[in-house]
Amino acid sequence: MPGTVTVRIPTALRPQAGDQGSVAVAGASVKEALGSLTSQYPELGRRLFQSNGTDLNRFINVYVNDEDIRFLNNLDTPLNPGDELSIIPAIAGG
Amino acid sequence: MSFVKALRCKECGAEYPIEPRTICDNDFGPVEVAYDYDAMQGKVTRRSIEAGPRSLWRYRDLLPIEGEPRVGLNSGFTPLIRADNLARELGVQELYIKDDSANYPTFSYKDRVVSVALTKAMEFGFDTVGCASTGNLAHSVSAHAAAAGLRAFVMIPHDLEEGKIVGSLVFGPRMVKIKGNYDDVNRLCSQIADKYNWAIVNVNLRPFYTEGAKTHGFEIAEQLGWRLPRHTVVPVAGGTLLPKVYKAYRELITLGLVQDNHPAMYAAQAAGCNPVVAALEEGADLFKPQKPNTIAKSIAIGNPADGYYVIKDVRQSGGYGASADDNQIIDAIKLLARTEGIFTEPAGGTTLACAIKLIESGRIPRNESICLSITGNGMKTLEVMQGQFAQSPTINAKLAEFDRVVGQIAEMAPTPRSRRLAGAPDPIG
Repeated sequence: MPGTVTVRIPTALRPQAGDQGSVAVAGASVKEALGSLTSQYPELGRRLFQSNGTDLNRFINVYVNDEDIRFLNNLDTPLNPGDELSIIPAIAGG
Repeated sequence: MSFVKALRCKECGAEYPIEPRTICDNDFGPVEVAYDYDAMQGKVTRRSIEAGPRSLWRYRDLLPIEGEPRVGLNSGFTPLIRADNLARELGVQELYIKDDSANYPTFSYKDRVVSVALTKAMEFGFDTVGCASTGNLAHSVSAHAAAAGLRAFVMIPHDLEEGKIVGSLVFGPRMVKIKGNYDDVNRLCSQIADKYNWAIVNVNLRPFYTEGAKTHGFEIAEQLGWRLPRHTVVPVAGGTLLPKVYKAYRELITLGLVQDNHPAMYAAQAAGCNPVVAALEEGADLFKPQKPNTIAKSIAIGNPADGYYVIKDVRQSGGYGASADDNQIIDAIKLLARTEGIFTEPAGGTTLACAIKLIESGRIPRNESICLSITGNGMKTLEVMQGQFAQSPTINAKLAEFDRVVGQIAEMAPTPRSRRLAGAPDPIG
């Protein structure tokens, strides 16, 4: 039984997540956690993932406890109970 | 009047009204300002631009403001130098430096983007502005906000060069140093913009901010006598500048103000932070983020949000990329200073070092026009040059002592011609 993790939702996606700033979901990996999030909120899933439904939209960055999942194991990054997942749109700067 | 039509998603084309907004609701793609180019025909001309002020605001018809410019009235219109001394060193025929190290008032290309972003912030009615910055942007936001009477919050990585910190603090912003690299700062700022009703120039004002970068390209074309360089080398950090210089070139072509010579764009990055160049070299569409490790801190962005568009534009234009290690960057800073009298920061050294590689590898032909974008000033990053030069002699104020050290000094400062690059043909012209 996977543990519960918290997913932080950015303002731009809150209308698709019942206007919540964070959602608690179950999942032993990033893929599982986002899967249970998007089965709860299908419209959110259509924005997070590309039309193939498996790859993240390229303007979405996902962090596990402040580390970009591309430095970890991408969607297969394992999660521990209590971990915090942040969904953050890519922003330019300099 | 303005020629602005809407904000348009670069991915799906969805349109939004002109408002503080970074991304498209549908797919998170970046939104960009769309203009009515048909309405500009015959109205935005070489003559109309030349009649404008000697600042970036001479291109206001191609910028997303509605009223009069309010910020940065003296920014932009920096020198375009015909760099014949450097051209001889490199063995190329026609070389130009677009020198934003002389930009006003904070000596980097950021004075362009901030002028437009803060004018827009005032149009929107914000009283607090801010930024995530590697230093130069914080300087520019702090200075322009001080002059405009706006409150400023600047967020920077905690380990910046001292000059990069003092250069902001003197203008009186509220500064927060973030433990982490620029990408951490940036991520925090996107959360701050979410929570506080502030104009974070490179977050919720990004579509307006980035348009200001076009003026770098407009000026190159106008100062070249309304023509485009065949090859333009641009440093890449977050990925704002290169696509916007390319957009500027294409807008001038669309309006018939310059001839289309198929300008090629080249990305320059530090080897210690080269996600975009690595993707170009691997033939990949998407870059892999990196943890930066380079002296070129102003361009140490390992997760460039506009990196995708840099890759796309470089490929579409027929250009390429190169990266340079820290020693090559420092050598290039010295070379530019010795040949052209321009002291740039490591970002500028990166541009020149990469240009040298692209020339030596034959990617950029030696007989076609080349322009290098120098975007920042070396006086802000003196630390990186420490230990680079021989100790200068200290003497008593006596002519005899001076006579004694004259020969010594001549040996310490070789003439520029002594350092011709291997393989360079005889100088031309």
